Amino acid sequence: MSAKRTPRALTGDDAVGEAMRQINPDVVPAYPITPQTEIMHHFAKYVANGEVDTELICVESEHSAMSAAVGASCAGARVMTATAANGLALMWEIVYIAASTRLPIVMNVVNRALSGPINIHCDHSDSMGCRDSGWIQIYSETAQEAYEHTMMAMRIAENHDVLLPVMVCQDGFITSHSVERVDVFEDEDIKKWVGEFVPKYTLLNTDNPHTVGPLDLYDYYFEHKRQQMDAMEKAKGVIKQVFSEFEKFSGKPFDFIESYRLDDADTAIVALSSSCGTIKDVVDDLREKGQKVGLLKIRVFRPFMPEMITTALKSCKGVAILDRSASFGGFGGPIFTEVRSAFHEWKEKPHIINYIYGLGGREFTIKHAHQVFNELEEVKKGNLGIKVRSLGSRE
Amino acid sequence: MNLKELSKQEERLESGHRLCPGCALPMIARQLLHSLHGEPVVVGCATGCLEVSTTIYPYTAWKTPWIHNAFENVAATMSGAETAYRVLQKRGKIPKDKKIKFLAIGGDGGTYDIGLQSLSGTLERGHNLVYVCMDNEAYQNTGIQRSSSTPFAAATNTSPVGKIKKGKEQFKKDLTAVIAGHHIPYVAQASPHNWVDLMKKAEKAFAVEGPAFINTISPCVPGWGYKSDQTQEMARLAVDTCFWPLFEIENDVWKLNYNPGDKKEPIINWCKHQARFRHLLKPENKELLDKFQAHVDERWEWVKKQCGK
Repeated sequence: MSAKRTPRALTGDDAVGEAMRQINPDVVPAYPITPQTEIMHHFAKYVANGEVDTELICVESEHSAMSAAVGASCAGARVMTATAANGLALMWEIVYIAASTRLPIVMNVVNRALSGPINIHCDHSDSMGCRDSGWIQIYSETAQEAYEHTMMAMRIAENHDVLLPVMVCQDGFITSHSVERVDVFEDEDIKKWVGEFVPKYTLLNTDNPHTVGPLDLYDYYFEHKRQQMDAMEKAKGVIKQVFSEFEKFSGKPFDFIESYRLDDADTAIVALSSSCGTIKDVVDDLREKGQKVGLLKIRVFRPFMPEMITTALKSCKGVAILDRSASFGGFGGPIFTEVRSAFHEWKEKPHIINYIYGLGGREFTIKHAHQVFNELEEVKKGNLGIKVRSLGSRE
Repeated sequence: MNLKELSKQEERLESGHRLCPGCALPMIARQLLHSLHGEPVVVGCATGCLEVSTTIYPYTAWKTPWIHNAFENVAATMSGAETAYRVLQKRGKIPKDKKIKFLAIGGDGGTYDIGLQSLSGTLERGHNLVYVCMDNEAYQNTGIQRSSSTPFAAATNTSPVGKIKKGKEQFKKDLTAVIAGHHIPYVAQASPHNWVDLMKKAEKAFAVEGPAFINTISPCVPGWGYKSDQTQEMARLAVDTCFWPLFEIENDVWKLNYNPGDKKEPIINWCKHQARFRHLLKPENKELLDKFQAHVDERWEWVKKQCGK
């Protein structure tokens, strides 16, 4: 029997604030940035009212937020934070250090376009920019998922075979500020499910002192990076296990990817986050008209699951990869390059094109999804045309 | 406090590290650690000489929990560790009676310059930790570049003496006064040559509730260019020339700890031993030397005034 839940009307930020309240972490160092601010407003209120007994550190910058997160996590605390865009960029240096120090910090990233010019709306340039930082990345389609992913992130990060930080992403404003139905679990059930954090090492063990963050030169650095790679590899198994445990708890299945009407699909879109909801709607519409279309939603982008993705798309002749971030001077966006490369050994592989879309909060509507499926009709025949296209921008 | 007793205390910064012969950093570090008389302490170091030379993996010279995160964030990092300690104690995950002190150490680059924001934020938030700046007056670890702490006229690799320019053109930032503006419980300036004064200050700093800051002068053999057996003498001269006054600020009350009075030495007595000031000995640079002296005197008068002298 799955755990009891109560439907509530919450925004994505509300939902994450709620998740953080239920997790009741030891330390939350944070700095305000739109559109993450609502998460912190909620959490500060919980602290002020004694609904959590977390220590909230209102630092003077995101750089210090991640720095304090590292210090607290090294001292054995369960640590969470949240940020977006330029805030993530400012903490960049320490984002890498958090991962290489193997600290199970959970950070909600409310995806927002990186400056410049300054823009407060959604795209994925912030989190995609640090896709190689050593953090696990989970992308949320809805407020519900942002809530659930946050719970699961804690368990994944703190598993001793993993000990890697996790970024839970949701789309700025589109998800973070839109009210949706979110089924919220009981506090006690979540407390039990998330459990206690048992640190492997802590600075507070003064009887058995250890040194954290030493100078690591050419004789050992590489092996430490290999250990990080191995941890990311092990994370695949742990994520799978946590997903299945959460399925038992919630009755809802989770996987690295979500295949939506892909089984016999001729053409498909690959996307992340909120756009997937829009695409599902269009898939249903076109399916009703007899068109064999589908969607592959990538939930976990780091670690990347090449075989799982290619297998899910095996019936497709034409595939469009949607990237909500640009890789200037590169061959398409980050999702495109990785998915396309995953098909390298396949003898019969789909024709794949890339769309850069939604930058700086540019709307993505059913009209755009229709346009993509339409253009895929030509692409699937091998008439690729422009391989990396813009969707929804003025020419 | 006497040397005989102190010599019986365990060393928590072991020998065998790779700091230069004559380096003041381990002297100051050991004075700080000994001032704790065995109390548990977590040490954090900003990137810099002390950090890179004491923890070359797989070795460490530290026999106490130690963390390095990055260059500009030792204050924020330690504020996180100190917060974790408080919350874990509150939640009963570590014993209520287990006392742990937190010591953050940064050089002048990591404190006066790149880490100033992180430090200011940490002090403003009132974390219970001690921050010690070991001021060797330049980015010595990266090969002697000027910082905002480098004294006027000093030559560094980014403020060299050339045909037109003669060393650093700006005066040293008065960081201790900047920190005093945070109105934290304890602020002091100290020197390793006066170890009793430094250790007493460290004892006070560790004893107060809330943040404490000590700025220490840390002579650097290669950066300053003096003989490696002259470190304590360079520190003494910095104090006796009144370039580096010894004072403390307890709950906003300034107190002068040492006044050389008539024995105040001219700044040239300090400069003449150091290669970075060699050009000041030349007659054609007398104007620079005079300007430096006038500034030292002006700052000294200001400090005395703060201290009610």
